Amino acid sequence: MLESYLSIFLTSVFVENMALAFFLGMCTFLAVSKTVDTAIGLGIAVIAVLTLTVPVNNVIYRVFLEEDALQWAGIEGVDLSFLGLICYIGVIAAMVQILEMTMDKFFPALYNTMGIFLPLITVNCAILGGVLLMVERDYNFQESVVFGFGSGVGWAIAIIGLAGIREKLKYSDVPDGLKGLGITFITVGLMALAFMAFAGIQL
Amino acid sequence: MADKPSKVVLDPLFNNNPIAFQVLGICSALAITTKLETVFVMAAAVTVVLSSSNAIVSLIRNHIPSSIRIIVQMTIIASLVIMVDMFLKAYAFNISKQLSIFVGLIITNCIIMGRAEAYAMQNPVGTSVLDGLGNGIGYSFILIVVGVVRELFGSGRLLGNVVLPLSTEGGWYVSNGLMLLSPSAFFIVGLYIWALRTWKKDQVETS
Repeated sequence: MLESYLSIFLTSVFVENMALAFFLGMCTFLAVSKTVDTAIGLGIAVIAVLTLTVPVNNVIYRVFLEEDALQWAGIEGVDLSFLGLICYIGVIAAMVQILEMTMDKFFPALYNTMGIFLPLITVNCAILGGVLLMVERDYNFQESVVFGFGSGVGWAIAIIGLAGIREKLKYSDVPDGLKGLGITFITVGLMALAFMAFAGIQL
Repeated sequence: MADKPSKVVLDPLFNNNPIAFQVLGICSALAITTKLETVFVMAAAVTVVLSSSNAIVSLIRNHIPSSIRIIVQMTIIASLVIMVDMFLKAYAFNISKQLSIFVGLIITNCIIMGRAEAYAMQNPVGTSVLDGLGNGIGYSFILIVVGVVRELFGSGRLLGNVVLPLSTEGGWYVSNGLMLLSPSAFFIVGLYIWALRTWKKDQVETS
């Protein structure tokens, strides 16, 4: 049992890295990776939100949306899975809001460092992508916890790595047209190429 | 804010391209571009959702309280995406399978939220639709460029028709496997931005 969880975790961190293999959360990935400090803040926020929302959406999917899921309420043959997208995004928005308020009340110091990133996360495709992958792969509750956490860690590693490279890039002489966005794309491409090395690993 | 209709449509194509200049909506641009067929479907889906969400948001812009506007926009977009998703499942099932989660991810495609927030909230319905259309086309354009390069050099085909006969099938072209892998999409977009900014110098970032 433990092995399968470990395998889901390692797969989601390295082999199927959210940012570098699925291109999820690219907008924030490119926009908020100028310095390592902000990247760490955003990375932690993404880990927290993914670890919470994927399992919560898993429960919602199992209890309400799945085909014949409403049998516990005595309703037969109802398939609400078409409402999935709107539910997931609602849950994500709500969870982000709750997380923001909780942090503001109980951990003001933490809130001040990563609070500004939280609203950004609602529209981060890594979160919705994680949820949709979880539904598509039919994970059970425990697996979804591991998967959410693992994907978050993978995304955080990728953005912190990119921020580190971009800090060093300031000292290099980049052609005019490539400055800023262009060279960032090429850097991410090279990082993705490096992460392809994990692709052959069977767990 | 009376923008000329032609300017609203054409500006996003090169001058203010959503992907190359505003850095919006990159996720899907990269993940689904290995084949041209999926590119067209995705581009059409995004353009439809973008123009209709712009229209709806702009229609009710004076009635949305600003504190809950994000959730209102999100709900409108999500409903539109569900419609597109169901439409694709009904009429293009294979492609919808290949696009898998990326149809759903149109919801979090920042182009759509970005345009709703930046344009449709302030402008009348007519120009908002045109703005959505223009940005949709600008987005589709890059997707198609990347898709053509990746499919042509990765598997020697365009829309499934053989253009460069592969050496494995008796032709002369040795396919470039890198093009089928995800990193190539980054390289192509990076080089595209380089080319665009060499052409239009004013887009060069100074930092």
